[in-house]
Amino acid sequence: MLECLPEGAVEHTVGKINPAKTCQPIGAMYAALGIHRCLPHSHGSQGCSAYHRMHLARHFRDPVLASTSSFTEGASVFGGLANLKASVKNVFAIYQPDIIAVHTTCLSETIGDDISNIIRQCEIPEGKYVIHANTPSYYGSHVTGFSNMCKAMVSYLAQSDGTTKKEQMNVLPGFVNPGDMREIRRIVDLLSVKLILFPDTSDVLDSPLTGKYEMYPEGGATIDEIRDSGNSELTLALGAFASNDTADLLQEKCGVTGIPLKLPIGLKATDAFIMAIHDWFGVEVPKSLTVERGQVVDTLIDTNFHYQGKTVAIFGDPDHVLAMTEFVITMGMIPKYVLTGTPGKQFEDEIRKMLEKAGITGSRVKVDGDLFELHQWIREEKVDLLIGTTYGKYIARAEDIPLVRFGFPILDRAVHPLMPVVGYRGCLRLIEQISNALLERQDRDALDEDYELVM
Amino acid sequence: MTDSEVTIDRMLAPYSDNVKKNRKKHLVVKNEAAGCCPQIEANTRTIPGIITQRGCAYAGCKGVVVGPIKDMITITHGPVGCGYYTWGARRNKARADDTTPKDKIYSQLCFTTDMQEPDIVFGGEKKLAKMIDEVVEMFHPRAINICATCPIGLIGDDLNAVAKAAQERHGIQVLAYNCEGYKGVSQSAGHHIANNNIMEKIIGTGSERKPGKHIINILGEFNIGGDGWEVERILTEIGYTVNCVMTGDSSYMDIRNLHLADLNLVQCHRSFNYIAEMMQTKYGTPWLKVNFIGLESTNHALRQIARCFGDENLEKQTEIIIERETARILPVLEQYRKVCTGKTAFILQGGSRAHHYQHLLGDLGVKVVVAGYEFAHRDDYEGRQVIPTIKSDTDSKNIPELHLSPDPVMYRDAHAHLKVSKEEYETLKKEIPLSYYEGMYPHMNDGGIMIDDCNHHEFEDLMADVKPDLVFAGVRDKYISHKLGVASKQLHAYDYSGPFAGYNGALIFARDVAHALLTPSWKMIIPPWEQGKTSGSEPHA
Repeated sequence: MLECLPEGAVEHTVGKINPAKTCQPIGAMYAALGIHRCLPHSHGSQGCSAYHRMHLARHFRDPVLASTSSFTEGASVFGGLANLKASVKNVFAIYQPDIIAVHTTCLSETIGDDISNIIRQCEIPEGKYVIHANTPSYYGSHVTGFSNMCKAMVSYLAQSDGTTKKEQMNVLPGFVNPGDMREIRRIVDLLSVKLILFPDTSDVLDSPLTGKYEMYPEGGATIDEIRDSGNSELTLALGAFASNDTADLLQEKCGVTGIPLKLPIGLKATDAFIMAIHDWFGVEVPKSLTVERGQVVDTLIDTNFHYQGKTVAIFGDPDHVLAMTEFVITMGMIPKYVLTGTPGKQFEDEIRKMLEKAGITGSRVKVDGDLFELHQWIREEKVDLLIGTTYGKYIARAEDIPLVRFGFPILDRAVHPLMPVVGYRGCLRLIEQISNALLERQDRDALDEDYELVM
Repeated sequence: MTDSEVTIDRMLAPYSDNVKKNRKKHLVVKNEAAGCCPQIEANTRTIPGIITQRGCAYAGCKGVVVGPIKDMITITHGPVGCGYYTWGARRNKARADDTTPKDKIYSQLCFTTDMQEPDIVFGGEKKLAKMIDEVVEMFHPRAINICATCPIGLIGDDLNAVAKAAQERHGIQVLAYNCEGYKGVSQSAGHHIANNNIMEKIIGTGSERKPGKHIINILGEFNIGGDGWEVERILTEIGYTVNCVMTGDSSYMDIRNLHLADLNLVQCHRSFNYIAEMMQTKYGTPWLKVNFIGLESTNHALRQIARCFGDENLEKQTEIIIERETARILPVLEQYRKVCTGKTAFILQGGSRAHHYQHLLGDLGVKVVVAGYEFAHRDDYEGRQVIPTIKSDTDSKNIPELHLSPDPVMYRDAHAHLKVSKEEYETLKKEIPLSYYEGMYPHMNDGGIMIDDCNHHEFEDLMADVKPDLVFAGVRDKYISHKLGVASKQLHAYDYSGPFAGYNGALIFARDVAHALLTPSWKMIIPPWEQGKTSGSEPHA
């Protein structure tokens, strides 16, 4: 595998080889699918929408619908006004969503289409909405696109009805799977706090097979809920890269207090998530959650010898990698290489802080990196485990390192979008996956006489 | 009005007058009694806002045609997404062979200039040039492709100039493809752009004819799931030397020698008819449309290929292989045929597959009731005889046509390529449809609906109205079909199985389709506590 790779030190300073990110629009499309009865719309040429839908459908194994402005050369020269106007008209007439969420592409951004202005010229049926996010593909990553569409939800829809806030909380779940969003809701329900979760792709991208097809499944945050998010007392922004800007905007626009948190992946981050709710609303944490937490600690203690001291390379989206790095440190593992494809200096700072606190030295941390570089590091000095997306499988095979699939996208394994990695239940799932990966490897490599029944 | 016409009318009803007028032209009902194919509109713009399955010119050029060339490094010049989505996404398998060792294969890597805002503002030429330099230094590839994405044409980066300079610096070919996504109306534009460049710059630059009596190229075979390898296995056993499978598992080295083959076989007509035609003009190489999807169609293709060479031994050997393979395959196929026969299917895919798979499904007793292409032209539906009557429009005019003339040195008449006399060749032409494709229409079942660029509304409506047992489509439609309780197989990604071509492929396809129909969970859709209640439509699987 990958016999073509160069040996030794190389000069790789421009572009990406095996990128660890993709472009903004797909994130915007995914976020928009978390609004009830929303059709995402890609303002660009057809290929963008085709690729994003394909990629999301491969990850979620569920229908992903989105329309496109179908730019041709003419539109690219003269601007996309006519295409977007025609799109809005046709989409409402044929596909009847309640809301169209337009995102831009590198094409429409380069020609400089003024989307707000175009939307004002569109025929929008009574009671329907068109919102938009600027998502230039040449800035940030798919996580930035997700964040930008969440911001658009707030800037177009959220409203504050006055200074008195309702005893309710917004949670911005970040770029996570529908199974994670469902789990976040379950935890908040257990804490008996009224929740507005947006975007929410549960019951959209993990919908049941019933023999009927609904273009707009039951799930998704409703427009009314997003509007009402402006009246909440509090916003928990999960994942700085995906959610902080939206929380800031809610604070600025509607005076809702925002608390930035990590994605609640791992023991500490889940504790922080629950404590934030506990502290703000003064709610009791129910026994059931205390039991769930205790089970995680019990499992960690019971299995620590499976993974304690193992070195690991973690790559993927920044919010996921930050939380996972914290968790593997909790598990007693050593994050030797930590890399994200998304730009953003604060990532490196935060990871270094964590490592320093844990007394771990000699690790490499990289923001805006690629998997070619990660592979070069691993070829210099191997690790025991890889944690990251499907794209890590080439490195895993070439270097014979087990891979725990985590984050977005996972294209070669199923069920993961339904199974949460957030919360205490998510901790158990991650411990099981990490532990199993290492034990499978130990079994595979064991001599007959060392092959054990009990481990 | 026939049932199909009623279905179409109902489907078009929610459209505005303009949309209805447009879409009606993309629909044809097969009428056996009427004879020839009515005109269908194809390769024209998708209406903005319509949820189309179509991709872009970049997808057709990089994703389909040039990406699979295993020993070339293809750099996508643009923001990160386009390169990323074409990384390992299309299952065009590649492996080392006599001309390409393992360390010259780059198929599992992705190269993108990852343009940032300053590159868009100030131009990305320098970045691209630097990336080429670094890539050459690191990987020492035999040649490089550079594929443009949407912003490139708009900001005015001169890819050809960058490529030319890099070629001079490094002494290897560097090819620039101006395949910005907005060009043309679908992937099809990208196929053409890629064909032009490969024809102009690569084919004809080599001089090593592979050993063997009858040398052939397979054009428009992308080796998805190993299709090309299965076809190559059969052809090699008959006695042909396969010079190159274009572009699945192809190498730059072999493409340079494409002109040294005796015959071009064309599997995917849409994506490769350009090179087939241009090679005929420039080198005199004859081409034959073949279809290796299906048992009967594979046998038919093999007989036609053998007939081209007028070589008795070849024909004899062909019959031996056909007999042996058919005897091997048929009894097993029969088991699956029992499961499949009498079922109805939709095929909504590609620019050739919607036709090819009708043969294989026919072998299995499955009746295709709706078929359509995403990005085909009229000739893929109606046959090549309509090409002179196709009107060019603003979009098609943007794709350059190469006007080639016979090569003064390398041109040989078609009969000379086939090593038959001129008279024999004239007779052959009457028997075998050389340089011709009859399109999908003749193979449609009577009353079947032929639909171009089928969109989401139409798909949903046809599913509800026609209620097929099976859907063959892409991943974007697959899960919609599942929600409705209808089995679905992807005909681009093969649901990660394959090969589907040739004899072994027919078996694997039959098994996969039977499994899709028989998987026990179809019977578990209605919960036991809801059984017996009649609410809404029952799933029909």
